[in-house]
Amino acid sequence: MSSDVATATRTPTSSRTARPSPHGRRQARAGWVFTAPALLLVLLFVGLPVVMAVWVSVSGWRGRGSPFASGVPFVGLDNYRTLLAGGGLPTQDLGTALRNNFWYVVLVVPLQTVVALLLAVAVNRRTLRGRGFFRTAFYFPSVTSSVAIVVVFLFLFSASGAVNQVIGVLGIDGPNWFADPRGVLHVLLGALGVGESPGALADHGFIGISWWEWLAGPSVAMSALILLAVFTTSGTFMLLFLAGLQNISAEVEEAALVDGASSFQRLRHVTVPMLRPVLFTVLTLGLVGTWQVFDQIYAGTQGGPAKTTITPAYLSYTTSFVDQRWGQGAAIAFILFAIIVVLTLVQRAVLRGDRT
Amino acid sequence: MSRTAPDTVARAAPRPSPRATRRLPVGGLVAHAVLVVLAVVYVFPFLIQVANAFKTDGDATADPLDLLPLPGTTAAFTTLFTQLDFPRAAMNSAVVAVAVTLGRVFFDCLAGYALARLPFRGRGIVFAGFVAVIAVPPVVLLIPKFLVLNQLGIYDSYAGMIVPLMADAGGVFIMKSFFESVPRSVEEASYLDGAGTFRTFWSVVLPMARPAVVTITILSFQASWNELSHFVVSRSSPDLDTLTTLVATLTSGGAFGQANQYPLKLAAAALMTIPVAVLFFVFQRQVMAGTEGAVKE
Repeated sequence: MSSDVATATRTPTSSRTARPSPHGRRQARAGWVFTAPALLLVLLFVGLPVVMAVWVSVSGWRGRGSPFASGVPFVGLDNYRTLLAGGGLPTQDLGTALRNNFWYVVLVVPLQTVVALLLAVAVNRRTLRGRGFFRTAFYFPSVTSSVAIVVVFLFLFSASGAVNQVIGVLGIDGPNWFADPRGVLHVLLGALGVGESPGALADHGFIGISWWEWLAGPSVAMSALILLAVFTTSGTFMLLFLAGLQNISAEVEEAALVDGASSFQRLRHVTVPMLRPVLFTVLTLGLVGTWQVFDQIYAGTQGGPAKTTITPAYLSYTTSFVDQRWGQGAAIAFILFAIIVVLTLVQRAVLRGDRT
Repeated sequence: MSRTAPDTVARAAPRPSPRATRRLPVGGLVAHAVLVVLAVVYVFPFLIQVANAFKTDGDATADPLDLLPLPGTTAAFTTLFTQLDFPRAAMNSAVVAVAVTLGRVFFDCLAGYALARLPFRGRGIVFAGFVAVIAVPPVVLLIPKFLVLNQLGIYDSYAGMIVPLMADAGGVFIMKSFFESVPRSVEEASYLDGAGTFRTFWSVVLPMARPAVVTITILSFQASWNELSHFVVSRSSPDLDTLTTLVATLTSGGAFGQANQYPLKLAAAALMTIPVAVLFFVFQRQVMAGTEGAVKE
């Protein structure tokens, strides 16, 4: 895609520079001068960091002095090997972080997409009174800082907090959310009588933790963070869907009406297919965003209880800044980068193939 | 076909009985009621936040749902301003957010204009570079950014907190798209009058880009005011705490981290929300339009 853009924008350039008038030359110089500050900033704080981090991730730098100093050893792929196949605590932690974030993504992405879509369709109805109020109410959480929202959620989901008092009215005894490390799937399986891991699942595993651990689902604490994510992002994505809905012509809607489609049929067979490009954007942004959870963990749970809310982004931070294992920390960042890139490509392929 | 009552048709068409047509207002009411309940769910956390900021620790824990804490106490706010350096953190947040915003808006406009209008060799590659940068997930850059700041000797300084946040490929992209929609005739008249490139940009084209400039100004301010992770890796001294890092330390333990000190934390969180909330309500239309435009493919 970027090469298309490059050629598209270069065409007028070459035709202009072919006859260098004084005006054209002055503009060409101005072009570089105008772009220089933004370009320099991006090179210095995006380009250079990536290059430095590549080196650190294959080095044994311990955080003292410059990573480019002569004493810093080159260790090849050792950091990656220790993390992915070492079998020790670093592997276990990475496996746990990936497991936690995996369940977070699996639940947040569909939930926030569906909620955002339904909100958009509801708010878009011409007959709705107070549309502006509803839009504002649903979008406001997206404006506030993640730290402030985390504080509110820690309070709402505390042991005797608002959420437990509300569901207490319905006779449900709420858990102590942010102190509860039990996996939601394990709890459900336990209710069905499967309290212990079948041998095969406990004996085999992937990246340092057993399959039974992978199947734990999000912990109760992580579930509260999942609700937080849906609460804060659905408003943003609602706006994207609204922009898309405005492009669906009234005639298409009316045709479906005349054909006698019910509201649900219209949503399923007219609205959603026509929103495909927006849906694609929302899913991509959702997928990329949810693999990067950091703020909520740093300000809220610090990875607890029992490491059930550590995420790769947070683990990369603590491994480097707290444990001073900078090589491993940088390696985790690149593993995360790879996951995001691969999943985005897979998702593209799936959604493209789905269309035919 | 009446546009005002599409649901009548939808429900009536397959089974046109009088009962079906009468169901419409009920269906509409139910949908409306569901929306109202949802809106309450979205707004309620903020009401609880503000109400509990005015309670004692004990009351907040015992009765979090009480929205009118009478007589109420401002003890939490007093603690924030006397025992914690809340004002200093607020000032740091303001300095950083304003500086980042000014830098971003100016550099985004310059670069966006050059990429949209000034023909220069390598423009296509530069633009492709900006697009590629948008694709790099920011969290991946956390550790690397610290390494660069350390190497440049600006770790734990205002410069280290401000300058990296000015790098903003997304804003360049928005401004480029906008400048492309400005008619060329405007500039040509200015050039014929003998004005230089910068003068033409500054006093002729930029004023026409007002809506886009307002949008990226608000988005930049909001983003840098709410920023946490960059300040976690670019500073360590308490003097350079921003509101986000200060409130994050409140929740993660320390002298004020006890589980039951919620009014204090809620008060801090509420206060730090005020500037972005005010900005949002004043420029609501631009913020929402900007969010739609910024991420549209």
